[in-house]
Amino acid sequence: MSQVPGRSWQEVVDMQQEKSGVPEGLWMRCSACEAMVYRKQVAMNLWVCPECDHHYRIDARQRITQLCDPDSFEPKWTDITPTDPLKFEDLKPYKQRLKDESSKVDHPDAILAGTGYIKGRRIVLAALDPNFMMGSMGSVVGEVLTCAIEHARERDWPLIIVSCSGGARMQESALSLMQMAKTSAALARLDDDGGLFISVLTDPTTGGVTASFAMLGDVIIAEPKALIGFAGPRVIANTVRQELPPGFQRAEFLVEKGFVDRIVERRNLRSEISRIIDYAGK
Amino acid sequence: MANGSYEGSFQLEFEKPLVQLEKQIAELERHEDAAGDFASEIKKLRASYSTLLKKTYAKLTPWQTVQVARHPGRPQSIDYIRTFVKDFAELHGDRRYGDDPAIITGFGRIGPYKCMVVAHNKGKETKEKIACHFGCAHPEGYRKAMAKMKLAEKFGLPIVTFIDTPGAYPGIGAEERGQAEAIAYNLREMAKLKVPVVCVVIGEGGSGGALGIGVGDRIAMLQYAWYSVISPEGCAAILWKTGEKASAAAEQLHLTAKENLKLGIVDEVIDEPLGGAHRDLSATAEQVEKWIVQSLRELNRYKVDNLVKRRYDKFRALGQTAAS
Repeated sequence: MSQVPGRSWQEVVDMQQEKSGVPEGLWMRCSACEAMVYRKQVAMNLWVCPECDHHYRIDARQRITQLCDPDSFEPKWTDITPTDPLKFEDLKPYKQRLKDESSKVDHPDAILAGTGYIKGRRIVLAALDPNFMMGSMGSVVGEVLTCAIEHARERDWPLIIVSCSGGARMQESALSLMQMAKTSAALARLDDDGGLFISVLTDPTTGGVTASFAMLGDVIIAEPKALIGFAGPRVIANTVRQELPPGFQRAEFLVEKGFVDRIVERRNLRSEISRIIDYAGK
Repeated sequence: MANGSYEGSFQLEFEKPLVQLEKQIAELERHEDAAGDFASEIKKLRASYSTLLKKTYAKLTPWQTVQVARHPGRPQSIDYIRTFVKDFAELHGDRRYGDDPAIITGFGRIGPYKCMVVAHNKGKETKEKIACHFGCAHPEGYRKAMAKMKLAEKFGLPIVTFIDTPGAYPGIGAEERGQAEAIAYNLREMAKLKVPVVCVVIGEGGSGGALGIGVGDRIAMLQYAWYSVISPEGCAAILWKTGEKASAAAEQLHLTAKENLKLGIVDEVIDEPLGGAHRDLSATAEQVEKWIVQSLRELNRYKVDNLVKRRYDKFRALGQTAAS
C-alpha cells in the first residue's frame, strides 16, 4: 500500500471525504467487487480498492495532491471563470447549473492547472475534474488548457494533462467544439518546439476530449480499465444494434488496438511519469 | 416548377402547403394546351406560391433549418464538385487501411486556382448512402483527408473542404481503428498546414466529425446549414432525457449560420436562393464558388508564416470572452 507522499492519511481522507461519490461512513462497499472495505484504507491506497484494484474517480485537487511533490503545486489561471454565452437552458438553466456545480469543487470550472514538481522535476500540470459537469470541456477548460500548453512551451517544461471527462460541453455548443481545435493547435506549436506532453487518460475519457488533446500525447498512459473512446458505448450499441465485445473501449482494449502506450496503476503514476520525463524531457 | 428538381416524393412538414401549390401549378400547366387557357389562373397561383415561399423561409425556426439542411434533395459535396470544380481528379485511400467513401478527396480547379478538394460524401442512391454511412466517416476517412491535405501542402496547393456530416461514425470498427485519434491528429495537423485552407459548411456540421476537416483560414456556412457540438436529437436525449425535445435543443444550441457568425465560429454566411439550396443548385453553387475564389485570392496574399500565425490566432481567440 502506498501513501500520498508527505500527507497524513487523515488529510487525504478529509480532502476526499465529500467528493468521492462513495457513501459516507467508516466502511464502504466497493462499487466494483462489492467487498466491504475500510474507507481509510481505500483513501490511503489513493482511492483504489484494496480488494479488487478498482480505480475510483477522483477530483482534480486529489489527483494533483497525489501526483505532485508535497506543497509544490501552484495553481494558475484560476481567475478564468465560466460565463453563459448562449444563455443556454434545458431542464435547468446553465447559469444555475454552473452555480450548483461550483459548490462541489474549489476551482471555477472542470479543471485545475498550474505548475509543480514530480519527484523533483519541474512540470506544468492540468487535471480535469469529474465533479464539475462530468469534466466536460467548455470555454474555460479549453482556455485554461491552452494557457497551460503555452506556459509549458514558453518555459520548456514537460506538460502533463490528466483527462477525466465526458467530452465537449453541450451548453456552450460550437464554442466548446472549437476548444478542441484551439487546444490541438496549441499542442501543434508545443510539438514543433520539441516539448514533451504526457497525456494521462483516466475513467472516463470520451468524446471531444479524446478526439483532441487527450490523444495527442507524445506518450499516452492510462489507468487500468478506464473507459476511453470517441462515441459513448450506448450510442454505439444503438447504432450498430449488436452487443459490444467484452472489454470494449477499456484501457486494455486501446493498448491492444495500438492507441495507448502503457497502462499504469495509480500508485505507480508518479514514478512512471518521472521516468518518461527522464527519457524524453529536457 | 421550373426549379423543382429536388426529390419530389419527399416533403418537409412545413413545406407541405408549398408542395401542394407546386403540384397544382404543374397540373394546370399540363392541361393548358388541351383544355384551354389557364394563364391567369397559373399566374395567380404563382404569385401566392412565391408569397408563401417568402413567408415560410423568412421565419424558419432553428429546427426547421436543421430539416432543410438534411433535405434529401439538398445539394451535396459531389454536386458542387460537378458544378464548379473543373478537371476533378479523385484520389482514393488513406495508405493505411482503406478507402472511406464517406470522404471524397482529389485535385481540381476552382476558378483560376488549382486546389485539393476534401469533402464529406453522404451518397445519393440507397446503396451508396449505406456505403458512406450517410456521411459519417470512419478513421480511415479522416486519415485519407489528412494524407491528401499533406500532399497538397507538399506541392503548395490550397485546400478547399466541404463539410456535410451528421457526425463521425459511432461504431465498433471506428473505435477499434482510433476514431478519436484520427480526428485529434487532423485538428493538430490542420492548424499548421503551410497552405491556405478554406472550409464551407454546406449542410450538416455535426460536431468533431465536421471539425475533423474544418480547421481553416476562412470558414463559411450556407444560410440553412447547421453547425454544433452535438446534433439536436443527441443533445435532447441527454439533457432533456427525450429525443422529442430536439426542436428545443436546436434553439438552445445556437446552431444556425447566423448564430455561428455572431459567435465568431464562421467568417461568413453564404445566402441561399429563396426556398433553400434544394430549389436551385446552380444559383447556390455560383455563390459558393464565388466565395471560395474570393477567399483564396485574399489568402494568397499572405506569406506562409503569417498565414499559419493568423490561423492560430483565429482559433486561439475562440471562447476567450466566454471564459473571463
